[in-house]
Amino acid sequence: MTLPLIVYRSLRQHALSTLITAGSIALACGLLMTVWVVKTQAQAAFVSTSTAFDAVLGARGSKLQLVLNGIFHLEASPGNLAASDYELIRKHPAVKTAIPIAVGDNLRGYRIVGTVPQLLTNVEYAPGKKYAVAPGGKVFGEAAREAVVGSFAAERLGLKVGSSFQPFHGLTFDEKALHEEVFTVTGILTPTNTPADKVIWVPIKGVQTMSGHDPKAATDVSAVLIQLRAASAGVMLDLMINKQGNRMTFAYPVGAIMADFFGKISWFDRVLALVAYLVALVAAGSVLASIYNSMSARQRDLAILRALGARRRTIFGAVVAEAACIGALGAAVGFAIYFGLLTLVAGVIRAQTGVVLDVTEGHAVLWMCPLAMTALCALGGAVPAVKAYRTPVAETLAPVS
Amino acid sequence: MLLVADLTKSFVTPEGGRAEIVRVGRFKLAAGEQRALRGESGSGKTTFLNLIAGILAADGGRVELDGTDMAALPEAKRDRLRADKIGYIFQTFNLLQGYTVLENVLLGMSFGPRGVDRARAVELLRRVGLEHRLGHFPRQLSTGQQQRVAVARALANRPKLVLADEPTGNLDRTSAREALALIREVCRENGAALLLVSHDDGVLAQFEGMQDFAVINEARAVRVGVTPPTTTEAAK
Repeated sequence: MTLPLIVYRSLRQHALSTLITAGSIALACGLLMTVWVVKTQAQAAFVSTSTAFDAVLGARGSKLQLVLNGIFHLEASPGNLAASDYELIRKHPAVKTAIPIAVGDNLRGYRIVGTVPQLLTNVEYAPGKKYAVAPGGKVFGEAAREAVVGSFAAERLGLKVGSSFQPFHGLTFDEKALHEEVFTVTGILTPTNTPADKVIWVPIKGVQTMSGHDPKAATDVSAVLIQLRAASAGVMLDLMINKQGNRMTFAYPVGAIMADFFGKISWFDRVLALVAYLVALVAAGSVLASIYNSMSARQRDLAILRALGARRRTIFGAVVAEAACIGALGAAVGFAIYFGLLTLVAGVIRAQTGVVLDVTEGHAVLWMCPLAMTALCALGGAVPAVKAYRTPVAETLAPVS
Repeated sequence: MLLVADLTKSFVTPEGGRAEIVRVGRFKLAAGEQRALRGESGSGKTTFLNLIAGILAADGGRVELDGTDMAALPEAKRDRLRADKIGYIFQTFNLLQGYTVLENVLLGMSFGPRGVDRARAVELLRRVGLEHRLGHFPRQLSTGQQQRVAVARALANRPKLVLADEPTGNLDRTSAREALALIREVCRENGAALLLVSHDDGVLAQFEGMQDFAVINEARAVRVGVTPPTTTEAAK
């Protein structure tokens, strides 16, 4: 009862500094946990999204650009492939599935991707999971001006089965670049938590033959998404297309390209983590300073406790426990900041990429960070605790008569 | 119960030398006995009480409490012995301002070997007439009520010895008389010996066994009128 009471009363007596210090710790803890979880989950989500296809074939250019364009619907296409190139790869014995896509239009910023119905009917976007059109809808016809809208795009654009729209030219929204063709929505995709959710899928011919597009390129495709029969085929195609050829790029393996991408931007994680570490250190320092600065006001109480029989180690322990409690309180509030930040960041990532982070998923950092923060604060509390430990009782209590 | 022998304590003077403030050859207090020591300000009587309580370490000599030489014990054991056997009523009460009346008394128990006994704490506070103030903080009490809390706290750990340093110094004459009567009565009820120091003749007159501290204390510095030490100096 004694130690908790001493700690509780001390926290109450210095409520304002306790709250301010706990607030800075909460911020540090929240930031650290968010940086870690977003980094880990985003990486995992992007890598799992890229498991549907083994490779992307496109015009000569950057492999990363091809993957981002073909699978994540980010970036522009590096160029077009002729229909004969698509046919060549489609008929290659090592290729199990070849899905062509054509890009170049949007609907109020949401990308319109031309493809074949087989993408939505046959392909597993994740192991054991196929795209599905919500009840009441159907996949577009191959030659019709119809569209299937990803769940996120449908929600944001207010599109329903039966809705119609006119595409805008280009990958970024320009209201002056309106195409004259009218497409009718035939289905809404059930949520997949992948970039497909923010795409408007139309027949590939719909994009290829859109008014204003180059008629000479009416059979071209932007990229081909490829599933291979065997991994060894990828090496062979890589040699054939990338090393021996000079017209196309075979982005293979997709997972490695994404891992390489995350490796290249890992400096950003490190900078964020460094900032969070610094905030954590400053927070622990503020615990030290806050308690240390209040030691003069506390010394009389400490001396009274000592006069009542409290041992030095009890006083030392009380100050360290108080610092640890401030750390634990901050860490607890840090969870609220973490959930708030994570929800915000997850929303931004979803809006930008279609990739959904699971804000409820556990991670080791969620218990390691609060524990480490509490320990760090306890360590910071050790400095004023030494001062408390050395409180001279007789000197502090009363004048000698 | 209490035996003080050849007890000395000196302090560092501003000039860098040492001046002796306590030199007590022999002082005894029997179990349950109530004794008052008269002394002027600066006579070293608080230092004497602090040495008995083990709050200050002596330069030499013995402070035997129930046969245990407190002066020879390491600090941690002195703390434990103080928590176990000594109740201290300070001149300024030294109540913990951030704690309620009840918590102040409970803390008086918590460092002793018997631990916290809430029922006893409440009973002690009832005995000093504060049962209706358990949840109040010291600043919400009158000086006389604070003094009574200090008495209850000093007796909370069932001490064998109660040390009272000018316990009525901050009270008016009527309150002082009542407070003193209460301290003596409660000590008697609890079988505790009482050693009280004061310079107030009105207080001292109520004790049969009153002694002049100057007679007991043979310290030269005090005798020749050396400026009393600051508490910092006394602690050195």
